[in-house]
Amino acid sequence: MKEPLIYDLGSPGRNGVLMPQPDVPLAKIPKDMMRDDLDLPEVSEIDVVRHFTRLSQLNYGIDKGFYPLGSCTMKYNPRLNEDMARLPGFAAIHPYQNTETVQGALELMFHVQEWLAELGGFAGVSLQPAAGAHGEFSGILMMRAYHLDRGDTKRTKILIPDSAHGTNPASTTMSGLQAVEIPSDARGNVDLDKLKAACDDTVVGLMITNPNTLGLFEEHILEVVKLVHDCGGLVYGDGANFNALMGIVRPGDLGFDVMHYNLHKTFSTPHGGGGPGSGPVGVAERLLPFLPGPIVGVVQEPQSEDDMPDFGFVMPEKSIGRVKAFHGNFGMFVRAYAYMLVYGGEGLRRVSEMAVLNANYIRARIRGVYPVPHDRINMHEFVCEGRFADAPDIHALDIAKRLMDYSFHPPTNYFPLIVHEALMIEPTETESKETLDSFAEAMLAIAREAHEQPSLLKEAPHTAPIGRLDEVLAAKQLALCCRPIPIPENA
Amino acid sequence: MSYTPHTEQDVASMLKIIGVKTVDDLFVDVPTKHRFPKLELPEALTQMETMWELEDLSSENLPAGKTAMFLGAGAYNHYSPSIVNHLILRGEFLTAYTPYQPEISQGTLQAMFEYQSMICALTAMEVANASHYDGATSLAEAVILALNTTSGRKKIVMCPGVHPEYRAVVRTYTQGMGVTISGDDMDTADPDTLISHMDDQTAMVAIQYPNFLGQIMDVAKVVRAAHEKGALVCVVTLPVPLGMLKPPGLFGADIVVGEAQGLGIQLGYGGPYLGFFATREKFVRKMAGRLIGQTKDVHGEEGFVLTLATREQHIRREKATSNICTNQGLMALAATIYLCAMGKHGLKRVAELCYHKAHYAADQIDAVKGFSVDRSKPFFMEFVVQCPRPVSEINQYLMDMYGIVGGLDLAPFYSSRKNQMLVAVTEMNTREEIDALVDALKEVV
Repeated sequence: MKEPLIYDLGSPGRNGVLMPQPDVPLAKIPKDMMRDDLDLPEVSEIDVVRHFTRLSQLNYGIDKGFYPLGSCTMKYNPRLNEDMARLPGFAAIHPYQNTETVQGALELMFHVQEWLAELGGFAGVSLQPAAGAHGEFSGILMMRAYHLDRGDTKRTKILIPDSAHGTNPASTTMSGLQAVEIPSDARGNVDLDKLKAACDDTVVGLMITNPNTLGLFEEHILEVVKLVHDCGGLVYGDGANFNALMGIVRPGDLGFDVMHYNLHKTFSTPHGGGGPGSGPVGVAERLLPFLPGPIVGVVQEPQSEDDMPDFGFVMPEKSIGRVKAFHGNFGMFVRAYAYMLVYGGEGLRRVSEMAVLNANYIRARIRGVYPVPHDRINMHEFVCEGRFADAPDIHALDIAKRLMDYSFHPPTNYFPLIVHEALMIEPTETESKETLDSFAEAMLAIAREAHEQPSLLKEAPHTAPIGRLDEVLAAKQLALCCRPIPIPENA
Repeated sequence: MSYTPHTEQDVASMLKIIGVKTVDDLFVDVPTKHRFPKLELPEALTQMETMWELEDLSSENLPAGKTAMFLGAGAYNHYSPSIVNHLILRGEFLTAYTPYQPEISQGTLQAMFEYQSMICALTAMEVANASHYDGATSLAEAVILALNTTSGRKKIVMCPGVHPEYRAVVRTYTQGMGVTISGDDMDTADPDTLISHMDDQTAMVAIQYPNFLGQIMDVAKVVRAAHEKGALVCVVTLPVPLGMLKPPGLFGADIVVGEAQGLGIQLGYGGPYLGFFATREKFVRKMAGRLIGQTKDVHGEEGFVLTLATREQHIRREKATSNICTNQGLMALAATIYLCAMGKHGLKRVAELCYHKAHYAADQIDAVKGFSVDRSKPFFMEFVVQCPRPVSEINQYLMDMYGIVGGLDLAPFYSSRKNQMLVAVTEMNTREEIDALVDALKEVV
């Protein structure tokens, strides 16, 4: 099963891809500018193809099977989108080309802004942020800038429910603000009394994930928004769970002031083993001037009915600035737009409906066996406990690893932190009833094994390319590079 | 519906097991007056119609393959071997999540370990993380690292030769951190001017090598001066030039960051690209981003895991070194495959081709009456041309008459650089293209 490191393949002097001879006279290269050695592999093209093909085979992906990873929305990644992102007119254009020569790209970006704004109920969208956390950071900076612009300088706190993603408090710290945790109540909602007590004139805003990371729609969402607005704060929506909401409710209509979208979750762009993502932000009217920019706008209205408008870049008046070089992860906009077009407005509502149906179905199938601490109708995901009162040695981790032997990717585990031994299950809408049934049956079989033959779980996975790995050793020995550490000349 | 498999019978039997009557009943927690809004959005298209729609949009753009391209400035038209695209499209890579479950993610993990190793090799640094969004955000994360390791220092000295958009991103990132950024209020800086901005409150000095104008400055001199003041030095760079140029690690840089789009990643109108980040081992615990480490499994087999996760947001929350979660994993994979495919000899050859062609182009343009090339410092594959007319006018002429995409107009980026064009030449520019550019320039005087 093991694949050698690429550095251990090949042979000194071996070439991969050949480059042409220079077709110009050679220029003088000053010797003292040149490096002596470059420690890269010396392999042939087929070595490279085989190495990475074999590595890929050690991976699990959506293409291999069901991937119910809560909060990550691992839906099918349509291949049409990949082809579209590789059309030369999108793949081979330079970000500094004169906008006259890239009107198609700008028009596409404009449409994506408009679609996202309409779906979220917002007045405007910036496509700049490269990922969800990047969008969050942009959103908090906008809220901060909004208050400062009004001359309100004493606001320093961001309220964050205890069920929130870790990126929320981390983004808050990066913005120079202070994260204040708000507890959840017994039904999994934000504790209204605790929220009320925390709302004062030092609050920049609230960051809320709705549906929250328990997969529950906040039952008092309008009261929550009102409490925050009444103390002068703004409401940030973490759009990681937007797959539950398209055509169901628009966060902007609920009073949210800003929200990020994850194109790599809701809009089907592939996760790629960790990225790239795309995290556009949508805002209500009052935050429009603060959007990270530039954004795409119509710079010249059409001269006649048959004409197209001219698209260009516009910097919002009080923009927090740019959060990324160039124009955002454009390739993801192409993919997301292809996805939106295939569904249309009505179809996207169906996406959210089926995502919620699938999650409730799995909950209904396993709830008697796996404790569900907040056992009510959930949205696109739910959280159960991976533990059994009468098998105390079994942990969520054991169940997760055992699922690999059944050819499933495990759910997110040990998150959210407020549920013991949490298993967070998000099936997405692209899975059929048969797939959900076979997953539910695997979960039930594992529960039986937990009682009858616990070693099957404890020693799992049995069929994976490698056994459970020693993370403590990894952190202790810190082997981060194939090669020994180089010694600088004059450090 | 294209990607949603439910039949009406499926829905009915699932609703029954859930214990509700209709799909709408699943949404009772949503406030009634806002439930099921009417969306002003188009109707669904088939895949075929979607393809036509996107092909139409795509055809309204002018891609590099159809024109001679002399734009660079942080995004370059380099050759990408076919295997890069083929391998990153393998579903096991493309459709995997972050490798939080190492037993079934060894492919991604080992590839990222190899990526880290190759970034260390290119930069001559000790550790590299598994990527940032782009070169600009890598630099911003370097600033945060410096602020967190220099006990309360709040000043950053920024060379004006650092990419203007990277500097803008650093300012956006640090707006809540009480940081002072100086040094880049002029349009050029030599090492001595930069050194004059440093004091005992300077946390970090950022320089670019080769700089935004393609020029190579004395990095070692800046490093020595900064270290005397107790400040860190971050060198912003590009990987292709490092195929032949001395790596920043040899000059004693503390952090090396940059944009690795040139390693086989398509121009793609500016993204997704690949920010790389390398530093010294002593800073590894303050570094942002994911990190892959080698370890052993329960049977003693070597394997790979995400390590030092205690730096990261999902564990440390508000005390994390950064908020970064999703990174540019697949782009890092593309760069790794590219570096393997080109190898030790191929990358050097690409760098040399860029160097020779750029110098040929510079010589030819310099000989055109009315144009002159800035040769005050050595340059790599980009150079500044003083033009007789505004660059926007010249570029319009090049496009209208010859379909050539000219160099970058520097005026919007540096107020004193009127009529200056930044020309980039890569291995993709043929001598014929360069000659055509030169001939066209002769006509615009």
